[in-house]
Amino acid sequence: MAVVFDRPKSLLDVSTHFCPGCGHGIVHRLVCEVLDEMGVIGDTIGVVPVGCSVMSYNYFGCDVIEAPHGRAPAVATGAKRVNPDKIVFTYQGDGDLAAIGTAETVHVGTRGENIVIIFINNTTYGMTGGQMAPTTLPGQVTQTTPFGRNTDTAGFPIRICEMLSTLSGVALAQRVAIDSVPHIREAKKAIRKAFDNQVAKRGLSIVEVLSTCPTNWGLSPDKSMDFVRKQMIPYYPLGIYKDKAAEEEAAK
Amino acid sequence: MERSLMKGNEALAEAAIRCGCKCFFGYPITPQTELSAYMAKRMEKSGGVFLQAESEIAAINMVLGAASTGVRAMTSSSSPGVSLKAEGISYMAGSDLPAVIINVQRGGPGLGSIQPAQSDYFQATKAMGHGDFHIIVYAPCSVQEMVDTVTLAFDKADEYRTPVMILADGLLGQMMEPVTFPEPKTELPDKSDWAACGHKNKREHHIINSLFLDAPLLEAKVLERFERYKAIEENETDAELYMCEGAELVITAYGASARVAKSAVTKARSEGIKAGLFRPKTLWPFPVKELAEATKDAKHILDVEMSMGQMIYDVKLATECRIPTTFFGRTGGVIPTPAEVYDEIKKLTGGAQ
Amino acid sequence: MTTEIILAGFGGQGILFTGKILAYCGLMAGKELSWLPSYGPEMRGGTANCSVCISDEPIGSPLVANPDILIAMNGPSYNKFIDAVKPNGLVLVDSSIVEEECKREDITYISIPATDIAAENGMNGSANMILMGRMLAESGLFNIDTVQKAMEKCIPPKRANLIDVNMKAVKIGSESK
Repeated sequence: MAVVFDRPKSLLDVSTHFCPGCGHGIVHRLVCEVLDEMGVIGDTIGVVPVGCSVMSYNYFGCDVIEAPHGRAPAVATGAKRVNPDKIVFTYQGDGDLAAIGTAETVHVGTRGENIVIIFINNTTYGMTGGQMAPTTLPGQVTQTTPFGRNTDTAGFPIRICEMLSTLSGVALAQRVAIDSVPHIREAKKAIRKAFDNQVAKRGLSIVEVLSTCPTNWGLSPDKSMDFVRKQMIPYYPLGIYKDKAAEEEAAK
Repeated sequence: MERSLMKGNEALAEAAIRCGCKCFFGYPITPQTELSAYMAKRMEKSGGVFLQAESEIAAINMVLGAASTGVRAMTSSSSPGVSLKAEGISYMAGSDLPAVIINVQRGGPGLGSIQPAQSDYFQATKAMGHGDFHIIVYAPCSVQEMVDTVTLAFDKADEYRTPVMILADGLLGQMMEPVTFPEPKTELPDKSDWAACGHKNKREHHIINSLFLDAPLLEAKVLERFERYKAIEENETDAELYMCEGAELVITAYGASARVAKSAVTKARSEGIKAGLFRPKTLWPFPVKELAEATKDAKHILDVEMSMGQMIYDVKLATECRIPTTFFGRTGGVIPTPAEVYDEIKKLTGGAQ
Repeated sequence: MTTEIILAGFGGQGILFTGKILAYCGLMAGKELSWLPSYGPEMRGGTANCSVCISDEPIGSPLVANPDILIAMNGPSYNKFIDAVKPNGLVLVDSSIVEEECKREDITYISIPATDIAAENGMNGSANMILMGRMLAESGLFNIDTVQKAMEKCIPPKRANLIDVNMKAVKIGSESK
């Protein structure tokens, strides 16, 4: 019998600690499918954050460095600069990337650091139990916004792709989601494009993935996908905010 | 070997390049900026990487990233900047990563002054970040010794898989002295058994990590590390004993303040006062045995620092408080003069006998 | 024997450079030496000074508190350091700028209008070298060959034209009265 669907080789055969319905599993799979397709797992260095995906070093089959909270882009910079022929990517959540690590995120963009960032936006700090993230939606209830995020006192959500798209060193800034099969296919294409950009030395590629956190949202996996679709996507429109390769192609 | 004349900061940079440091990540801060500037000029030409980071925090984490892949990496800063690096240093200690961190100390706390100080002794030797760990701390006292220490620091960092700090100060960083450099190092230690540099599908993946959620497992990790610390304590202490033979008063001082103290001791000896100088070259591990040797005839210890008195606690611990120990120091960036130290010597000894 | 020197003046008068030349003289003469600048905001327009120690022995404190030799190129520097000079010390001032009168009688005090002499000889900005030349003639610390070698070692090739200008100023200084 022919096997038509299998675990990517780059994804190690271990059970993850992720909650049922969590989006991390899907995104891990997409990243590893791309690494498989490109045949680069032996030449890849992953950098994982602090947060729910901290233990991804046990799941990704490449060599992995665990970074301090928010510092994955700086760690990846160090690794890539001394290993320009390796593929280097970070995998970060929204608290890590868009709050404590904002400076590092912005500056890998300004420098056009030739790395890939996979950015998981699930509007919450998952690992610590569901506090307000920089991406928490206005009015959204979290442990630290028990009456809903009040933008007068807690500020507004941050739209990372839009912000980074203004930086000259950014090659790709694209927002995707995992709430449906077509969106997942789109997400994989974006991730592939990001890694292709690195091979072509185009600069920083960031793929923001709108993902789920059923446990902390207090929703079923199904309803969580609805939340992405109905609450998140309207606030965080999907699409390509910057694509240097496409711009160059169009200019030809 | 030809002597050249160089600022301490520049000599540190040149020495690092010569012993195979492949990358430098820094952020401007007085009084260490010449080190970064020198690296910017020289590093790329020698096939390495120079990068001015967006912050001290980013710089130390770039070092973490580069060191994780097995290359020799370095960063430098001055006191306020080193505080920002504390997080990264703790993570590196927890991940067993070798790297060299240079602190060209200035007056504190806070933004403090930009003049030379030694008030980061506690930070460097006792609490360079959260958690159960040590780093090796060297305290050179001349431009030549800074050069020699850089080589030693990289070697020991690799040997014991630990971050190593060179604790200098604004005086040592800014001054010029004649210096000779070793020949560039061509053979570097092999780190392929742990480095995260791509496994080429030929081995299991390597993980560089300081997280161990299983408490007994973390305890085991820490215990293993402390076995290494024990070896460091046994093998790596170093100190200079100057005129300690028959010395009834021994001054304890390191780095710049040891130079000031040395001038005072020389003057005292020329006048028949039995004074000596004990100068630790390693601050962690503190040279306990060497201090015992230096103070075997001592009736009194005078600890001299450019701080309010930090190393003095290690001096008292090392001697188990058996020898009366007095402190003299200036702080905030003020450098004590040999005359001030000499006056203290006279006060304590009652002058020549 | 150790000679401790303080050079002091405005930023831009070549104070640190003069100290460097003396340090390089020490290097060329095979001596132990140290050069320590004041640093920070001072060097960006305010007062500048540096300590130079030349010795046959390893240098202890590189920070000079009581100099054997003081070269003062402005009033504030003169006032700051004059009382610190060791008895029997040597003090040189640029009388084109320093208006203060020396009240000490236990030192050798040499006052020359170095800035004016430099201007008369068409070498503005060389007052430092004139003072250094005079100081070397007076103290015998280094001979002219050593100074020449120091200049050649210290000044980068692309600015080699400065060597002759500086040496000329040193000679004018050494012959000045």
